[in-house]
Amino acid sequence: MKLTDFSKDINEWLSGSGPMSDIVISSRIRLARNLAGHSFVSRCSVEEKTEILSQLKETLMSIDLGDKLIYVSVDETSDLSRDFLVERHLISRHHAMGKGPRGAVIACREFFTGMINEEDHLRIQVLKPGCQLSECAKLINRIDDEIESKVEYAFCSQYGYLTACPTNLGSGIRTSVMLHLPALKMTGHIDKFLAAAKDLNLAVRGLFGEGTEAVSDLYQVSNQVTLGVSEASIIDDFEKRVIPEIVDYEISARKTLLGDQVNTLDDKISRAMALLQNAHLISSQEALFLLSHLRLGINMQKYLGASTPAIDKLTALFKIEAPEDRDVSITKINRLFMLTLPAHLQINHGKSLDPSNRDALRAKIIRSALGQN
Amino acid sequence: MQCQICSKKTATIHLTEITNGVRTEFHFCEQCAVQQGIAAKSQISVNELLGNLLASQPTDDELTGLTESETTCPQCGFQLSQFRKEGVLGCPNDYVLFEKALLPLIEQAHNGKTRHCGKVPARVPQDVKNQIARANLKEQLKSAVKLEDYERAAQLRDKLKQMATGKKPSVS
Ligand SMILES: [Zn+2]
Ligand SMILES: [Zn+2]
Repeated sequence: MKLTDFSKDINEWLSGSGPMSDIVISSRIRLARNLAGHSFVSRCSVEEKTEILSQLKETLMSIDLGDKLIYVSVDETSDLSRDFLVERHLISRHHAMGKGPRGAVIACREFFTGMINEEDHLRIQVLKPGCQLSECAKLINRIDDEIESKVEYAFCSQYGYLTACPTNLGSGIRTSVMLHLPALKMTGHIDKFLAAAKDLNLAVRGLFGEGTEAVSDLYQVSNQVTLGVSEASIIDDFEKRVIPEIVDYEISARKTLLGDQVNTLDDKISRAMALLQNAHLISSQEALFLLSHLRLGINMQKYLGASTPAIDKLTALFKIEAPEDRDVSITKINRLFMLTLPAHLQINHGKSLDPSNRDALRAKIIRSALGQN
Repeated sequence: MQCQICSKKTATIHLTEITNGVRTEFHFCEQCAVQQGIAAKSQISVNELLGNLLASQPTDDELTGLTESETTCPQCGFQLSQFRKEGVLGCPNDYVLFEKALLPLIEQAHNGKTRHCGKVPARVPQDVKNQIARANLKEQLKSAVKLEDYERAAQLRDKLKQMATGKKPSVS
């Protein structure tokens, strides 16, 4: 199993399937854990890190997940491979840019990663497409139990699982959903959403690269508080309150767009189509921004039965005739989201490319996916 | 890399624009990007949180009345002043050693909470498990009262009483 085996296609969590997947792209839970009897990672010597790495690697590789597991030695792999793993959300940027002996155990279907010697000795994550936090929780809990039967975690009764940074103390859980919120942005309601999220003690980040909030329309919403709240109540709150509220908010913005703001909507979708079909140089941010509008148009047709001049043109461009064609189109767009990211482009191309050559190759891939030359 | 607008802070937001085939890159700090309407303001960052808290706190010496050598963790060599720079602690023992200084920070980061509630490793002794189970119940009771769910609150109160009498009370 090599990284290039992954790179030709998208991962399961971006497949466009799963409950509410028109708005909730994926669900993720990660747990932060440290081993008792050791200093935290930043204070470990190289020898100690190596010891922890080999112990946790062996433990993780022995877990039965019903899938093949691969181990990546993050400190020894190339910069390009590290970037690639970050783009696929298999490791964090922090892990990619870290120092010293560190690694990642990854399930081939990419629903599980264990990062060793990141900020904490161990960070495990489970990722699933659509709104599936309870399923993620069930699986990660089982994995955690299995690890815990083989190693001793740093734990105390007052603060729970002890983490290197006090902000992760307690359950060490980070529950997040990746949301596609283009209509909130177009209608100018995204700031209200951000303010509301802050009031609920939620963190909001843009996805795909750093600080691209404004261009990708993809937001990651996660819990901030990990101490004094149980894992179950965090997940319950997400599934019963946070997610439905945000989804409703986005849907009502989509309806507004179909009502008195239909010109705004059609303008965005038409421009996105024209640019993506005709550009010969396109940056990663611009591609994400424009693809987001195509994704919106197809989902509006699918879930709201929308028919506007631009949406009709879009469905013709994607040759959508039967309902199942729409799912194929969404998968196609999701694939373009991922395959046109810088490290993916270069790994699939077989060698590194400078930015302007990447922009040209990206434009070419998108044009050909949309039936242009 | 410095922010192109204020030339003071480190640029964390990088944008690329292509106009007439010319590629231009922009590098902004988060604050300037928000002002430019480029980045949406996200939740307060960990560093910001730590920065605010630690800036308003007395220094280690003032706080504990101890000298620098006495505020060094004997197990990992960590000093509280390093927390300001790195944002992470040195070892589990530091939570005990620097508790006084860390507690206000923990409270602010976790919305006023200072006690674990939730999963407990299987190997943890039974009395600790009971202690955390009680904390769980108290937490649920508080939220039931807040939500004015008095029926549930009464059930939780009963459970808490049961725990106190049914099992030998452990020191908490
Ligand atoms: Zn600036
Ligand atoms: Zn220490």
